[in-house]
Amino acid sequence: MSVTISPKRLRREFVRKIKEISGQNLHLCYQCGMCSGICPAASNMDLPPRQIIELARLGLEEEIANSKTVWICASCLACTVNCPRGFDLSKMMEAIRLLTLRKNIDHISPEEISPEERCELPQIAMISGLRKFTG
Amino acid sequence: MGLAYYPGCTLKTKARNLEEPGIASMEVLEFKLEEIPRWNCCGAVYSLAEDDLIHQVAPIRNLIRAKEQGKNKLATLCAFCFNTLKRANLLMRENAEKRNTLNSFMDEEIDYGGEVEVVHLLEVLRDEIGWEALAQKVKLPLRELKIASYYGCTLLRPREIAIDSVENPTILRKFLKALGASPVDFPYATTCCGSYQIISNPGDISEYAWDILGSALRHGAEALVLTCPLCDYNLGRGQKELMKKHSEFKGMPLFYFTQLLALALGLDSQVCHFELNYGSPESLLREKNLLS
Repeated sequence: MSVTISPKRLRREFVRKIKEISGQNLHLCYQCGMCSGICPAASNMDLPPRQIIELARLGLEEEIANSKTVWICASCLACTVNCPRGFDLSKMMEAIRLLTLRKNIDHISPEEISPEERCELPQIAMISGLRKFTG
Repeated sequence: MGLAYYPGCTLKTKARNLEEPGIASMEVLEFKLEEIPRWNCCGAVYSLAEDDLIHQVAPIRNLIRAKEQGKNKLATLCAFCFNTLKRANLLMRENAEKRNTLNSFMDEEIDYGGEVEVVHLLEVLRDEIGWEALAQKVKLPLRELKIASYYGCTLLRPREIAIDSVENPTILRKFLKALGASPVDFPYATTCCGSYQIISNPGDISEYAWDILGSALRHGAEALVLTCPLCDYNLGRGQKELMKKHSEFKGMPLFYFTQLLALALGLDSQVCHFELNYGSPESLLREKNLLS
């Protein structure tokens, strides 16, 4: 993908918040792509996890907001345990999700889950899903 | 011997076939699982945000309940609960500032500093009973049952809470060996089933399920053993659809590890609640003369 980088587009506040919420040093990443290679959900993502890190540290908030990648992540931590730089990408993914959810913008609505499915789903599915996708 | 036990929500409803055979088996092994009083939901997922302390209260309250009972260990059967409780415990041990904030917030509870050790039942079997001693207690060896060990994520990641090697875990293989079964190795043993994405992207879950089940099948497995009710749901619910899509797939029984344990220890199969399982485990067990 091609993106335009300019001081006007850089969202310093966005970068600061991601660092604050995730506790991660975004500059640790050297873009080797291990996370994208090991992620079991990467084939369903529109942007690979590696690119999300790069966009985040460039402060390109819009590009990230237009991508569904962080909502496809299942926090399985395959990236976290395999990163050669010790960068915890699962925490950065969570921070990006929270920046949306904390504005009271939910990713899913519990009403959309059919009553039949609600009866079938194990509690941990409902609790973890609503924790990850609603504010 | 008594062992403080945290069941979690799902084991009391959807996953009684994980809990009941576990409790019954441990009694045979002379360990009484003692449910801690006034336990609450652990929150299912560990909060990954540095500034989010409120979601740590739920898991830590459960750890405090164990401490109040004078227990230094808390056992879980559910892999999800294990992960959340153990990570929250680690936070209390390692981060003095957050520990103080959380302790001052929970002003009705005693102070907590991570004194209780969170263990999964597989660790109790390995570390406190031992595979050889377990093998000696087996009354019905699960001979000829070819089972693939599926770990999923939460027993092994992150590294700080892993119950075994993150890259090459063998604890379930050794468990199966002790029960007399034939363990099957396959490359998707630690690949995520999609987890909570089931409520947002169920279509993706079917893809992940086929990656895992198809690989186990190609490696010669007749069944899968697992520890997590969400893995069970994600790998079980769509099997009929997968059978329509992939002619070589005839369905694959999913067992909780506690069910295999109870069966091998010679307990009445009613305690296993096989009626709650996916993939008709009973017909496979009858075929192998493991169920009358």
